[in-house]
Amino acid sequence: MVTIDARGVYYMHLNKRIRQALKDGALEIILKNVNGQRYIADAIRGNFSFSIEGVPGNDLAAYMDGPHIVVKGNAQDAVANTMNGGTIIIHGDAGDTLGYAMRGGEVFVRGNVGYRVGIHMKEYQEQVPLIVIGGKTGDFLGEYMAGGIIVVLGLPDDMEPVGNYCGTGMHGGVMFIRGNVPDYKLGREVQKTTPTAKEQHYLTGIVSRYENYFGLEEKTVGGMSFTKLAPVGIRPYGNMYVKF
Amino acid sequence: MLREGDIRIPSGCAISGFINRKGNTVSGEQIIRSIALMHERSNGLGGGFAAYGIYPEFRDYFAFHLFYENHAVREETERYLNKNFNMEMGGPIPTRKTTGIRNLPLIWRYFVKPKLELLYQDEMNTNEFVVERVMEINSSMPGAYVFSSGKNMGAFKGVGYPEDIGEFYRLEEYKGHIWTAHGRFPTNTPGWWGGAHPFTLLDWSIVHNGEISSYDANRRYLEMFGHKCTLQTDTEAITYIFDLLVRKHGLPLDVAVAVVAPPFWNEIDRMPPEKRAIHRAARLVYSSLLINGPFSIVLGSSRGIMALNDRIKLRPLTAAEKGDFLYVASEESAIREICPQPDRVWMPRGGEPVIGLLNDQALQAEEEEGMLHMAVGERTSRS
Repeated sequence: MVTIDARGVYYMHLNKRIRQALKDGALEIILKNVNGQRYIADAIRGNFSFSIEGVPGNDLAAYMDGPHIVVKGNAQDAVANTMNGGTIIIHGDAGDTLGYAMRGGEVFVRGNVGYRVGIHMKEYQEQVPLIVIGGKTGDFLGEYMAGGIIVVLGLPDDMEPVGNYCGTGMHGGVMFIRGNVPDYKLGREVQKTTPTAKEQHYLTGIVSRYENYFGLEEKTVGGMSFTKLAPVGIRPYGNMYVKF
Repeated sequence: MLREGDIRIPSGCAISGFINRKGNTVSGEQIIRSIALMHERSNGLGGGFAAYGIYPEFRDYFAFHLFYENHAVREETERYLNKNFNMEMGGPIPTRKTTGIRNLPLIWRYFVKPKLELLYQDEMNTNEFVVERVMEINSSMPGAYVFSSGKNMGAFKGVGYPEDIGEFYRLEEYKGHIWTAHGRFPTNTPGWWGGAHPFTLLDWSIVHNGEISSYDANRRYLEMFGHKCTLQTDTEAITYIFDLLVRKHGLPLDVAVAVVAPPFWNEIDRMPPEKRAIHRAARLVYSSLLINGPFSIVLGSSRGIMALNDRIKLRPLTAAEKGDFLYVASEESAIREICPQPDRVWMPRGGEPVIGLLNDQALQAEEEEGMLHMAVGERTSRS
């Protein structure tokens, strides 16, 4: 285990030190006093674990493939950008475009997230990315989403868990939103249904993992009902440019 | 002056700002640290600051900050200033030699009051007189640019990284109760001294991350009311839009926000009737002042600050509170750099203004004729 004090360390030097520590055989890295340093754990492949104290900068874990990250605070924009594998647990809020073009791995956020979360998320065979949001989301959740799974718990209540234009341009994957989502909040490319028994069982497992990660008492968020959002078609804009 | 504009570099910009609502002043050192943390968001082609409460000994004078290309144009401009204003004091703004700050223009400052005989002769109020003279200098005196013209406030800007600009202007020697800052990453317009943010007029200042697709529509409308856009950049128009809507037309700030960042029509249709009527009227009357395109801005004035995103939030913005301080910045880390443990941190929604005003006591200590009128009771035209 290696501990690095990141206070006042320029992002480039911090990331060099992280890579050197991994090269020297560290499996677990604790980063203290992080504040705004970008690109942490980007493109790192392997079974490492990171504990981040403070607010990591933009593009945390971009292209990451394998590591386990715990953020003990808020995260900024573009977490898990094009991430390929691994797990990120964020104990606070996260910003805009979380999971941008994400193609594998999992992100659990305890609190709220910003706009355009899960934009262009995709999946292929066994590579199915997952984003679980404990709080509320901004507008354009799952915009142009092509694959993967998004779960929104809407805590602390089930009032307005998502913003407007939810699922605009969505053509793959699935979203499960706690409670009901009024039609006006939906992009025209998505339709609402009720989760199947199998999906409900899957969601129960997700909720209990959420409770475990964040040390909540079991069943504090139990007994939830979800709305399932899925795309109407797989090519919503297929005819956009051929009509004229 | 350095002009650069032949290349297009996509990305960026950083903004940061804070207010102490009680009017307690802090030195420029804090805002420099905050904007410096976001160094990567700018590219060295522009940085700047706006500071309020910094000239208490000259609080009744308009503080003019000017760039000159040479001494000939300075002398010509000073003749013009002396014809129109009584000058209490004038001279170069104190700077220090700073690595990375090159190709300097002449940077001068004057504390002035309009000549009363001219005000009577033109039957014009003071603010309007000042605006007309600023527009006159900026549009018809090549090589002279007024980049600050408010009372008890000032803009400090140039070509360079913002932390270097702050060091250059010795901002740690000034104390203000409002500070805003900008790190520039020019995209579609030249990086030159006059094009750095903030853009100011009277005591308005704007720092802006983004670009305005509606610039020409906005500009044409503004020009009908005498605001001339001469600084080769879109942000200038935002400053003039708030001057027109709030100062000249007397709109409350929330209605001005409904003009520049209106909700979509389908959202307006779902509003309760009274609110819907205000939003419909704002969009119909001022359709040419809708700011289209991505932006996050911090508007500064003698009464307070307002941070605002475009309606679909295409640029980052985070806010935080701690005691009497309200902070806004492009990134949360830029706030925590100077306020490690805020009471509350949040990301405002698109089109949802974050407003921090001086409290009544602090306001009384400020000048009587401020501009940021918010209260519903003041919703009458003052023009």
